[in-house]
Amino acid sequence: MSVAHVRWISGPVLRAGTLDSFFLRESVRVGPGALLGEVVRIDGDEITVQVYEDTTGLRPGTEVEGTGTPLAVRVGPALLGRIFDGLLRPLTGLADRVQPGFRGIAPARLAFAPERAAGDAVDGGGKIGRATTEAGREFACLVPPDLSGEIVSIREAGEYAEDEAVAVLRDAAGAEHEVAMSHPWPVRVPRPVRRRLPVREPLVTGQRVLDALFPVALGGKAAIPGGFGTGKTVLLEALAKGCAADVIVYLGCGERGNEMAGVLEEFPELVDPRTGRKLMERTVIIANTSNMPVAAREASIYSAITVAEYFRDQGLHVALMADSTSRWAEALREVSGRFGELPGEGGYPAYLSSRLAEFYERAALVETLAGETGSVTVMGAISPPSGDFSEPVTSHTKRYVRAFWALDVKRAQARFYPAVHPLQSYSEDAATFAPWWNEHGNTRWLELRRRFLTLLDEQSRLERMARIIGKDALPARQQLTLACADLVGEAFLRQNAFAPKDRVAGPAKQAAMMGLVGRFMDLAAKAVAAGVAPDRLANLECLRPLLRMGEEIGDDETEKFEAIGAALEAEFHALVPAEGKRDEAAAHR
Amino acid sequence: MKPRLIAEGAARRLEGPLLFLRRTVEAGLNEAVEVRGADGRTRLGRVAAADRETLIIEVLESTAGLALGDVVVRFVGEPLGFPLGPGILGRVFDGVGRVIDGGPPVPARETYPIEGLPWNPVARKPPRDFIETGLTAIDLMNSLVRGQKLPIFSGGGLPHDRMAADIATNARLPRGAAGDFAIVFAGMGLPHDSAEFFRRRLEQGGALERTALFLNLAADSSTQRLLTPRYALTAAEYLAFVEGKHVLAILTDMTNYCEALREVSSSKGEIPSRKGFPGYLYSDLATLYERAGCVRGARGTLTQLSILTMPSDDITHPIPDLTGYITEGQIVLSRDLDRRGVSPPVNVLPSLSRLMKDGTGAKFTHKDHPALASQLYSAYARAVQTRVLAAVVGEDGLAEADRRYLAFGEGFERNLVSQESARSLSESMAAGWQLLKGLPHAELTRLSDEQIAAHLAS
Repeated sequence: MSVAHVRWISGPVLRAGTLDSFFLRESVRVGPGALLGEVVRIDGDEITVQVYEDTTGLRPGTEVEGTGTPLAVRVGPALLGRIFDGLLRPLTGLADRVQPGFRGIAPARLAFAPERAAGDAVDGGGKIGRATTEAGREFACLVPPDLSGEIVSIREAGEYAEDEAVAVLRDAAGAEHEVAMSHPWPVRVPRPVRRRLPVREPLVTGQRVLDALFPVALGGKAAIPGGFGTGKTVLLEALAKGCAADVIVYLGCGERGNEMAGVLEEFPELVDPRTGRKLMERTVIIANTSNMPVAAREASIYSAITVAEYFRDQGLHVALMADSTSRWAEALREVSGRFGELPGEGGYPAYLSSRLAEFYERAALVETLAGETGSVTVMGAISPPSGDFSEPVTSHTKRYVRAFWALDVKRAQARFYPAVHPLQSYSEDAATFAPWWNEHGNTRWLELRRRFLTLLDEQSRLERMARIIGKDALPARQQLTLACADLVGEAFLRQNAFAPKDRVAGPAKQAAMMGLVGRFMDLAAKAVAAGVAPDRLANLECLRPLLRMGEEIGDDETEKFEAIGAALEAEFHALVPAEGKRDEAAAHR
Repeated sequence: MKPRLIAEGAARRLEGPLLFLRRTVEAGLNEAVEVRGADGRTRLGRVAAADRETLIIEVLESTAGLALGDVVVRFVGEPLGFPLGPGILGRVFDGVGRVIDGGPPVPARETYPIEGLPWNPVARKPPRDFIETGLTAIDLMNSLVRGQKLPIFSGGGLPHDRMAADIATNARLPRGAAGDFAIVFAGMGLPHDSAEFFRRRLEQGGALERTALFLNLAADSSTQRLLTPRYALTAAEYLAFVEGKHVLAILTDMTNYCEALREVSSSKGEIPSRKGFPGYLYSDLATLYERAGCVRGARGTLTQLSILTMPSDDITHPIPDLTGYITEGQIVLSRDLDRRGVSPPVNVLPSLSRLMKDGTGAKFTHKDHPALASQLYSAYARAVQTRVLAAVVGEDGLAEADRRYLAFGEGFERNLVSQESARSLSESMAAGWQLLKGLPHAELTRLSDEQIAAHLAS
């Protein structure tokens, strides 16, 4: 074990002299409290260490001990349903205050059932048995991806601690390794896969504005930039509750303690409609609140994606919500400043862009080493200073994500949520998903999506014009456009995250709502062409149920949408011929 | 207690707030020191960095008057702490927790580190109890709950002091027992008359004997200003989580605090970030704001109401910007409304309470409260938009519906936001329903048919 002694210390950074050998990014333990740290620079006999915990009380001469391994976290099935700090140490069962140098609680116990026998050969990432959690969810017991060989011995079915050896493997060189149901993995190294697959279907988020206008791929990556108060956290939480993923990794990176407490209280109560199990059972929460040490914030994003990759390797679809990547970038900036590195744009280190790329590139749809299909979808919130999207974190992130969900202050102020700005947001994969929606009962998805977007684009132009000449002075067709765009916004895009029926909208409900709004647009266009004055549309009886359908009609009540559709047809039918004749008559007179 | 060590004649260099000592004493990072010069004054400091030969001491008060030859540094052996015990209410302290009201010292039971350790998120209890402040713009539109941190974004010359004092004297829980209520007031860089105003108002409201005042006046040292909220919040945490009181901590003015941070950072030669503020402004503010909340198993709660004046009324300035990212919402005051005589001049559109959803509704206030607030927001936003339109095409050029929204906006500001005396929540809600009666029911899409029938049928 290599040892060094502190020569200089300030804040979370220390330099230590040593005669032993350390390697870059080696994980170290500092002082009597065994604080976690990482070697970030080596210069002759001196190493520079970034300490992930509060360094109060450390002094020159304090011992720094190398662990011989890079910064790693232990990944296993027992992570589900629990909350951890940025270095993946469990926070449950600890004191009320986070003490530096704390250790986790005793490892969980899981039921193991072997599926292979002694003498079998297994490859890295291969399955040797099943591990069942306390909640009764079954996982594969995987060999670590970097290990392969012949099984020397394997334990029989029974309950074991998650870090207890259940099998022994002999590798090609003849060395023997113990395999447990969980294993450590270095956080900064992407876990290997057999191959990456092209994305082909959307991750259904349950949020209409996203699924209909700006879908993200299963295994894709999305960014959610927005100034404070635009609803980033509420949207991310809604996604964590409603999106169609098997496992959710929720990273609170430099955010509020009260919010994490809220998630912790709410998730165990909510039920995942797809499985009927508690939402918490599919969730891993990683919390580094804004007042926890800043260096650990830098590491937390890697811990989170490593956990996500582990569950992906189980052949599961994982969604990672990171709130917020700006805090991570700021931690990078702060620590970089302590190292005395030259600042780049906005004071961020020059490697900000490549670090962001490394992180987002770990999102993918893959064929795992065990031959199954799994995915990691990353959704990262960005908190741009003053809500200005031209700042470095937003602009660099934009280059690596394929869906961009820009949140708009104006909408948020009118309490129009989700406040996704339809003109600043985009999705590069949208066209790819038309066949998927076809199979899932929304044959007009691509067509309606285009019409909605065109309409919203025209709306912004016409509103500017209306501001100059007045709304009434616009031609009838343009007034109709404005009325329809309002309808798209109020009836379809706005979604109440706190209304029980509106919280999550399944594909069938979305298809029905999209279809109804489309039908209204068709009928209204015909009516206006037949001479009906556009302002009469605002007084239609059927309008209010249309505007309220999101909150009033649940996922399993599709027949109610048909009723609204029928009422719509009937009212327009009554409106058009009569109006038409009267206007004709007026023209004759 | 560890033995106290003294270093004499070890000073090598003085540079702004930094004192470089030859390392004659074993001291660890962040340990507290007392620095005494020939003038006999004791200044607080802490160990900021250390190598094998040198200790760098950050002196937390003015270093003027120190000379290398006669500096005596006493090492306390542990981080800066605040000795606290029963009887701190009704007392006045300076910015570093020393009694300045002429009374006897506070009998201390235990010393608490002023930095505090971060709460384990698992130990936190989500804030739930609705606090009625008597102000409609807050109670109805942006409800405050116990354990929340809600700042007031104000500007120079706006009546934020009056608002904070009103809230401190009027706040009550509409349901259940009020419990023990205490106020901790931290004035940072406060002009003498503002400090006096608060003291007088609290006295008139009969609240002074349950208040602990921490005063760092405008003329006091700016390095000390950085310690004031830490001492005050340590006292607040003690009152809330040891003595079990419901504490409202009023921190004013956070802008002065941030300016002091910038001053100290630049004298240390750190690389500045936006507008000269240090890159760690966010983390530093978080260590203060995050000290609000409720804790499982504790009777008391700690609610924070901080006041900051936005430099040139600019909400995108780093101070309000970073604050908004940490706090659970913000109440924004508007100069325009103030000029038009709306009092309190709360601009509700940019205002927000993130915890409102947790403390309102059937279980806490009224089942229709959230929908009513949402509908009022939506209608007022449209009214403000219509105003822009009316400014160009004139009121006569507007459609009938738009004119009704214009009238709604006017009524909203005059009769709902503006108020002469405190209102209960049900009075506030009644005023809200009354205003909505002037709008076409078909457009009230945030309300259900039942809500319209129950409250708007006339």
